[in-house]
Amino acid sequence: MTITVLAFGVAKDIFNAPSIQLELVNDATVMSLKYTLEQQYPRLKQLSSYLIAINNEYALPEDYIHQRDEVAIIPPVSGG
Amino acid sequence: MIMSSSPINILITDEPLDVTNCSQWVMAPESGGINVFIGTVRNATKGRTVLRLEFEAYQTMAMREMEKIAIAAFEQWPLQKVLIHHRTGVLQVGEIPVIIAVSAAHRDAAFTACRYIIDTLKQTVPIWKKEFFEDGEVWVAAHP
Repeated sequence: MTITVLAFGVAKDIFNAPSIQLELVNDATVMSLKYTLEQQYPRLKQLSSYLIAINNEYALPEDYIHQRDEVAIIPPVSGG
Repeated sequence: MIMSSSPINILITDEPLDVTNCSQWVMAPESGGINVFIGTVRNATKGRTVLRLEFEAYQTMAMREMEKIAIAAFEQWPLQKVLIHHRTGVLQVGEIPVIIAVSAAHRDAAFTACRYIIDTLKQTVPIWKKEFFEDGEVWVAAHP
């Protein structure tokens, strides 16, 4: 399946785009998404940390990603 | 989004924030005190001169996370109203990126909840800050 990953902050700089298209196996987990992202964008590994959000909620590594989910990469937040 | 019937008021905007409006919004006849936290853009970080900041939000998720914080505050302390406003875009030194306003019958709840809300916002709400220096720019907290 092809999914869109939204990017913010430093992740947008690393992708050089506000979002990217990614090819994943059906029902991939967050963990496998992060692995695939880091293969294509090794600079992600230099971040302090980053989380994945699915449909506007923080996701766990074992959570599944489905075709129409809104997926976003959340680098360390720094609001306020 | 002004929700006059709701005791929670959450906003993310690229327009300047209004301290007077915010403190007035949380005022309630039952309130004995209002606590307002105003975040301001500081002119330096770790000794380096900061020229300006830029804030970016994952708007839909940030609104939800801010609402969750407000609800959690209501669950922990006896409060009347909670307001959380955050600004996005480019801000100059002295401008206001965030306002938290809390009203309660007694000051202890207002102080404690206000502190809890800004501390939690900084940890969980998907908003990012870029610092602009004379010789470069950096996303805050991105790298170790």
